[in-house]
Amino acid sequence: MNIVENFDLYAPKLTDKKEYFSPGHRACQGCGEALAIRLMCKALGKDTIIVNATGCMEVVSTMYPTTAWELPWIHVAFPNSASVGAGVEAALKVLRRKGKIDDRDVKTVCIGGDGGTFDIGLQALSGTMERGHDLLYVCFDNEAYMNTGIQRSGATPFGASTTTNPAGSASIGKNQWKKNVAEIMVAHNVPYVATACPSYPVDFMNKVKKAREFKGPSFIHCMSVCPTGWRIPSAECIKMGRLAVESGVFPLYEVENGRYRFTYRPEPLRPVEQYIKKQGRFRHLTPETIESVQKRVILEYKKLVDRVDGLHSWDELELAD
Amino acid sequence: MSKRIGMEIALAAAEAVALCRPEVIAAYPITPNTHIPEHLSDIVADGRLDAEFICVESEHTALSACCGASGAGARAFTATSSQGLAYMTEIVPIASAMRLPIVMIIGNRALSGPINIWNDQSDVMYQRDAGWISMFANNGQEVIDMAIQSFKIAEHRDVLLPVNLNLDGFQLTHVVEPMEMPDQAEVDSFLPSFKPLATLHPDKAVSMGTLGLPDIFNEAMEAKDEVLKNSRKVILDVWKEWKQKFGRTYEPIEACKMKGAEIAFLSMGSMGETAEVAVDELRKQGVPVGLLKLRLWRPFPFQELKKAVKGVKVLVVLDRAVSFGGPGGPAFSEVRSALYNEPDKPFVMNEIIGLGGRDVRVEDFVKIIEKAQKALKTKPKEDYEIYGVRGS
Repeated sequence: MNIVENFDLYAPKLTDKKEYFSPGHRACQGCGEALAIRLMCKALGKDTIIVNATGCMEVVSTMYPTTAWELPWIHVAFPNSASVGAGVEAALKVLRRKGKIDDRDVKTVCIGGDGGTFDIGLQALSGTMERGHDLLYVCFDNEAYMNTGIQRSGATPFGASTTTNPAGSASIGKNQWKKNVAEIMVAHNVPYVATACPSYPVDFMNKVKKAREFKGPSFIHCMSVCPTGWRIPSAECIKMGRLAVESGVFPLYEVENGRYRFTYRPEPLRPVEQYIKKQGRFRHLTPETIESVQKRVILEYKKLVDRVDGLHSWDELELAD
Repeated sequence: MSKRIGMEIALAAAEAVALCRPEVIAAYPITPNTHIPEHLSDIVADGRLDAEFICVESEHTALSACCGASGAGARAFTATSSQGLAYMTEIVPIASAMRLPIVMIIGNRALSGPINIWNDQSDVMYQRDAGWISMFANNGQEVIDMAIQSFKIAEHRDVLLPVNLNLDGFQLTHVVEPMEMPDQAEVDSFLPSFKPLATLHPDKAVSMGTLGLPDIFNEAMEAKDEVLKNSRKVILDVWKEWKQKFGRTYEPIEACKMKGAEIAFLSMGSMGETAEVAVDELRKQGVPVGLLKLRLWRPFPFQELKKAVKGVKVLVVLDRAVSFGGPGGPAFSEVRSALYNEPDKPFVMNEIIGLGGRDVRVEDFVKIIEKAQKALKTKPKEDYEIYGVRGS
């Protein structure tokens, strides 16, 4: 199944023509995150407040006195977009209740990169999710601190070379597996968690629309390819996102009230080598290392398959008298 | 009609804040301020106040959530102490730069380490240059009054800055005092509801907290400095109105027994109450001593200070914080610097006292006066001393 076939034909019917993330921002050529944000805003529509963590997006889109945002937008600091969002959401609630603002549903949407979500912002995110604020958090994961110059984060994949754990004769680059932030969010028992990638724009926008409708906290982990940091040509951005998904490195799924579902199941999976070999950040990996990555990707994928259709969570369970 | 009450000051602070109808309260427990948010959560739980009380997971989030709430147009309040304030540090200067009129009560407590839950003022001094209006209360009544005044000052169109109100941990937070509590109608007539200049709302999309490159950064800092300096006028106006409505006087520096004073103490916070007793005693013994209570820390009251020290020969600045390896306590170095270019200025000496909850007694002021009297004749060479260090 190819969900983006004939996209040009269907796109005008599928999405808003209005741009809420305007052109003229300073994102790099081929930036997956800028594209994803543009699509996210279209899916969210006008009644949205964006709360941005410090990172590439805040830097490229709001150089004073310019702004790319046609939606109300606030940025305070790096680790706290979930916290600021909690305050915005609480304010909207009480101001609506007191009749100080229109009684209409305005969604608070927090955004942050992988550093602002997996690492420095994880506590704030966890607190906000646990407290059950009615907001959506979207993590745009480009797998390193790209804004400051490609440093290692908890989201950097195994074997990638970054500027703070570079590959060398005594190092293979990052020697740890990527943190699974979507699972951490599932463990918070929030109503909706999904993974997405702008290489699958309709899937991504559908998830954003769905998340918006949930009362309570929802989370989308969006894989955003960074040609600059991944050392790939900027024209390869969309293709690389598709390879991440089709190799099983980044499966597309959603978890609705605890129930897992693949939104795209590209089996048989492509060999992970096809994904890795195209990227400069993995250039140094030996065939043996790639083989070990392949094994781990399959293991992680199978664990997800188990959660989707191998378990009995939804069966009736009789209790003792 | 105001009501005479006897209450723990932290609870009275919460009652006063509730009278201001805050809409979002975000706070995290830390001794000794904790009774303030606890009591506010009681008030919200009892339906006496229509507010969102966010039980945050950290102080960093407490202030961040207040920024979000204030940006969205809600009246926002938080309270903290010591490490909690230190943990907020990243957000403190951002709140003022974004011109968000948040009110924060600080139950002043020593910064670690060693860890110590008791009172001094090292926590707020750590935030000195963050661009907030900063005021000190001497007693329970002032806490009530200044909490209410803080919202009015913060939200004034010519100000739009966050305010921190300082009350000494335990010495004030946990003490029961008789106080006058204004009623809701009185507070409502003094403090109108918050009408923000711009808010986060889709009807008019604005971007808040954008990136400032070097070409505008100096200008942004100049603007922040100007607005904080100019807030002085609004603060004085609000205090004038308070006197008219409630009859109690507030001034940037309160002068006690300063007529003919050759030696004067300058204190901040609750220590002023003890110092006042000491000054009364010393005056009875014929010592020409007076007391200045510095209430307004930021914007710093230069004019009032210069006027207040006219004729004083030795000014003893009492600090409850150390600037390690620096020129002395923070209040001392600012006071001395403020007077440096004055042709007729007192000799300024510094006693750093009452750190981490060490008691400051009337006798201590008497001892300090003896030293100040010596300084009248021979000016000591040491800039400052940490008072009462054992074994010294």
